[in-house]
Amino acid sequence: MSTILTRRALVTAGLTTAASAAGITAAARYGLIPSDYGTLFGAGETLTYSTQRLLTSGHSLAREFKRSDISRAPIVNGPAPPDDAFQRSASDGFKDWRLQFEGLIERPVSFTLEELRNMPSESHIVLHACEQGWSYIAEWTGVRLSYVLNFVKTRPEARYVVFMPYPNPQQTTGIIRVQWDSIDMADALHPQTILAYGMNREALPADFGAPLRLRMSRQLGWKNTKYLTRILVTDRMNLYRKGAGTWYGGI
Amino acid sequence: MRTGLSSASLDASVPAIPISDVPVVGVGARWTTQSLRHLAIVRVTHWVFATGVLGLIASGSGILISHPRLYWGETGSVAMPSLVDLPLPMIIGPSVWNRPIHFFFAWFLVLGVLAYVSASITTQHLLKDLLPAKEDLRWRPILNVIWDHLRWRRTASDETWTYNVVQRLTYLIVLFVLFPGIVWTGLAMSFAITSVFPFLVTVLGGHQSARTLHFVFASLLLMFLIVHIAMLCLVGFRAHVGAMITGRIPKGGSTQ
Repeated sequence: MSTILTRRALVTAGLTTAASAAGITAAARYGLIPSDYGTLFGAGETLTYSTQRLLTSGHSLAREFKRSDISRAPIVNGPAPPDDAFQRSASDGFKDWRLQFEGLIERPVSFTLEELRNMPSESHIVLHACEQGWSYIAEWTGVRLSYVLNFVKTRPEARYVVFMPYPNPQQTTGIIRVQWDSIDMADALHPQTILAYGMNREALPADFGAPLRLRMSRQLGWKNTKYLTRILVTDRMNLYRKGAGTWYGGI
Repeated sequence: MRTGLSSASLDASVPAIPISDVPVVGVGARWTTQSLRHLAIVRVTHWVFATGVLGLIASGSGILISHPRLYWGETGSVAMPSLVDLPLPMIIGPSVWNRPIHFFFAWFLVLGVLAYVSASITTQHLLKDLLPAKEDLRWRPILNVIWDHLRWRRTASDETWTYNVVQRLTYLIVLFVLFPGIVWTGLAMSFAITSVFPFLVTVLGGHQSARTLHFVFASLLLMFLIVHIAMLCLVGFRAHVGAMITGRIPKGGSTQ
């Protein structure tokens, strides 16, 4: 009696394990497993990420607002890098600045600010919310990231886009994001994801990420890396894992 | 009556409470003939809820303290007037690492509610144990229960191991108002979710309104938790916690 139960339990456990492994493999193939699935709270992250990726698979659009809704006092979080190279470049109107593209692309090129401005531009009036709790509405102007990725010709195996800003050694905590961050292709190719050089119909102010920042409308503020210098397209994240917080963080 | 319980209630070592010994109140008297106090699904989901709610309150406090100001509408920040300034220090930082913890425990609540509600319907737990009897839905019995408990007195229904009318109404509110409300207001703050279901946030009045209502629901849940544990102390902490783990009424049927 007990041996039958044990055998049954073993077979059940074996089948469950095999089914879970097959499920995870299939989910990974369809981009439903976040890069930090193996962390302490990875089970919750994986459930959240895969649920949201299934729900938003049709490029669902974030809410947009009227120009009269724009907040008069947007909040600065993470002021401009204080180092000489950035300050010199800023005072010169970022003429020497380049945005370098590398990784899994056919055309590893760099762009000047002028070249990016000459690409098709679009504006979005959206809510910008910090994971701390505050929020403001602003209008962001820039070029759609999918347009630039198409220009540099990403390879089909591309799965993540990594954003690297001006280095800022003074930022050592996870509170203010000045280190690199990364997103998946679903966010990268989303029609409301732009490389923004304008804010509220003016040039992007230094403290809000000049000369160029990422602006995603379906993500929180901290995922929108500011002070961009390099963009890397990759198929794996094991070299690009963040410290505190979550990778997707998208709720 | 409850055939699903018959095999478990055949345990002869646990005597049933003699029905003549206890005053019968409402429809709850059926429990007196059984030794199984809580269904397995109720016990499992109870501790899933307990884990989830405690984890959510702890991590939620960590997120709240990063910006203890509440607003109404879409926008709000230190540069804008607030609705309420909570008497808490503003400590920036804990929100970063409390976020993944918060969503980890949120799944306990979401999956727990789905399991509990569907099982409550199929086992008729909802119909028999949670919905109050029509004759109890009057002000007098409701106020009597509240008045007894305020004077730290046990009511007749405590002795019969049934849920009294106030308990039933409270659990129904927690299950069908507070739990869905806190999940809704939480999801309403997600840009990914509201890109698919914008009405989740627009009917609440905006992103910051959702955040404020999330705080209100959390406060109500915390109040429930405090009263819940206080009542547990009143009716017998060990006996009732034991019953929620093993499912059985302690020997002798006493609630002491």
